[in-house]
Amino acid sequence: MIQHRKWAMVLSLIGMGLGQIYNRQLIKGVLLFIVHLVALRVALYVPRAIWGITTLGERADHLEKVGRLYVNVRGDHSIFLMIEGMVVFLAALVLLVVYVMNVRDAYVVGKLRESGTAAPNFKATCQRITGKHFPHLVISMPILLVIFFTVMPILFMIFLAFTNYSSPNYLPPAKLVNWIGFGGFKDIFTIKAWNHTFFGVVLWTAVWTICATLTTFIGGFGVALMVQKRGIRLKGFWRTLFIIPYAIPQFISLLIMRNMFNGEFGPINQYLNYFGLSDLPWLTDPFWAKLTVIMVNVWIGFPITMLMVIGILSTISRDYYEAAQIDGATSFQQFRAITLPTVMFSFGPLLVMSFAGNINNFNLIYLLTNGNPANPDYQSAGDTDILITWLYKLTIDTGKYNFASIIGIFIFILVASFAIVNIRRTKAFKEDEINI
Amino acid sequence: MRTGAKVKSQIGNLACYVGLILVGLACIYPALWVVMSSFRPGTALYSEQLIPTTFTLQHYKELFDTYPFAQWFVNTLKVAFFTMIFSTCLVTITGYVFSKFRFRGRKNLMLSLLVIGMFPGFMSMIAVYILLMQLHLLDTHFSLILVYSAGAPMGFLYVKSYFDTIPQSLIDAARIDGAGHFTVFRSIMLPLSKPMLVFIALTSFTGGFVDFIFANMVLSTPEKQTLAVGLFKIVQGKFATEFTLFAAGCVLVAVPLTLLFVVLQRFLVEGLTAGAEKG
Repeated sequence: MIQHRKWAMVLSLIGMGLGQIYNRQLIKGVLLFIVHLVALRVALYVPRAIWGITTLGERADHLEKVGRLYVNVRGDHSIFLMIEGMVVFLAALVLLVVYVMNVRDAYVVGKLRESGTAAPNFKATCQRITGKHFPHLVISMPILLVIFFTVMPILFMIFLAFTNYSSPNYLPPAKLVNWIGFGGFKDIFTIKAWNHTFFGVVLWTAVWTICATLTTFIGGFGVALMVQKRGIRLKGFWRTLFIIPYAIPQFISLLIMRNMFNGEFGPINQYLNYFGLSDLPWLTDPFWAKLTVIMVNVWIGFPITMLMVIGILSTISRDYYEAAQIDGATSFQQFRAITLPTVMFSFGPLLVMSFAGNINNFNLIYLLTNGNPANPDYQSAGDTDILITWLYKLTIDTGKYNFASIIGIFIFILVASFAIVNIRRTKAFKEDEINI
Repeated sequence: MRTGAKVKSQIGNLACYVGLILVGLACIYPALWVVMSSFRPGTALYSEQLIPTTFTLQHYKELFDTYPFAQWFVNTLKVAFFTMIFSTCLVTITGYVFSKFRFRGRKNLMLSLLVIGMFPGFMSMIAVYILLMQLHLLDTHFSLILVYSAGAPMGFLYVKSYFDTIPQSLIDAARIDGAGHFTVFRSIMLPLSKPMLVFIALTSFTGGFVDFIFANMVLSTPEKQTLAVGLFKIVQGKFATEFTLFAAGCVLVAVPLTLLFVVLQRFLVEGLTAGAEKG
């Protein structure tokens, strides 16, 4: 008795596809062998990747004497080295998975042959892949995209938090970046100017998130109740009208709002003057700017809540209200006992999600106030800056990449903890929903 | 007693109408103001009245004369269209697999995807930028489509919860009749989820249409820019001085999308509420 599985396994360990060829699966074997060649090519990069990630480069740009002249020689670019290294590692990881699967496959088919069955031909393999392995086949494409365009960048960001990558002293290619461990974390929490800004911005982010979520919810709910109120005509018309703020692209409507609230020439102050009131510093005074941001957010956000609440309201049976009326309940009692609990039940999880979304509501703050009015006590942040816009400013304007990464991680932990708790509770996530 | 109740409910309705009209005014006023400003002669932000005394198309003309506005339109439509196609495919297929198949690691994979999707994007943009640079894809529309679509699978939860409502027995029956997974997906799942598909397609289309931060980073040649980037640059450049020009740009960008939303609002309502009912 020939021990096919051993031979197949050993051969596929030596080279991907060899075991399959041994198992008389020629096409599969050749295809896998091509992957093997690709893998060898990638393997050539691994030593440099290890060196790059551990050292982040050893020589910055420097002048070198060539003959009588000093010539600027390109040094190592720490950030490029880091990213290239990560890409190589991820590619190697993906190939490693293929490698393990290849060995396993050779073993299984070898065992099959020992039991006297012929190895499945290429057509049968294809059928197996689109049949039994359909989910794996289909999911692999999105997963690969997510790995390279989302996971890799996120890892990069987490790595940055442990470096000193910042302007002006550690900016490649002129200078090298180094690993500093938790040094960045220590700085942001111990240097007075920074932790003052940090806690100030965190506080406003919290206030903003709570206010923005609640006002939008209440606003949308209220409008939905008005539209759906019995006796109100032209429901479709009202609904279409109220979709407009949602339909206009957000960045456009925000830029428009910024002009409308312009303190000197904007129409809002013009109307206030018309009614004999004095101008208000909508975007220039810390308090009013904060209020403006929240008001504009209601304008932008209420249509979605309204649409959803209308959807939920239309599922409530009329009978409940009629029964309540017979029992002599007032409209308010009906609202409290029937409408509110139903809406809250369906809308609760979405409320938590919109809470998480508002923590990261970059567009609104950035386009409306750009974080201004500037606060002289803050490190490159203004009074309306929330964490995410501060992060943006630290990256784009001041080049404090490592601090920005630390804030990014902080935001992530905040948002993710909300979301995980919430998602785990939602029906769509629970396993017992469909039984297969 | 009866008439009293009737009067009371009429007062209630009246108050309701007043409220609705006020909210309605607040909804359309900014749009109206910008449309009117775009037709107003001169460049100033300030104007005496809402409706200008004379109308002019000068600003629209200027937009096409001084900027490659028509080209921007074509670019934007291209990027938004392909983003829509690829994102919708990727996200539906991801949602389908998570909804209708059970395999090892499924739940962890789902949770990881959701959590990963919550990372704030800016820091990662630097990494994506360098990655695109290495792939020699900077300043191409393909890179935008690729990056937007690559992010789409993380929004699978909504699709999944929609597919969850389609009974498994339908699929089993088709499978017994010998239909492959692709056939089931194409001829059973997709036709039954039209509102969801329209909703996903619409949101991914707008996503590609309005992004100005990442697009601004990637696209450097003016001819390759999208509307959002172009308009944003006009605003940054000379926004206080040429407000009416900016208003004209706003109108041109906003009108197609706004119309799309209003026309498709039936699907929008169905799509949004489908998400809401299941939470």
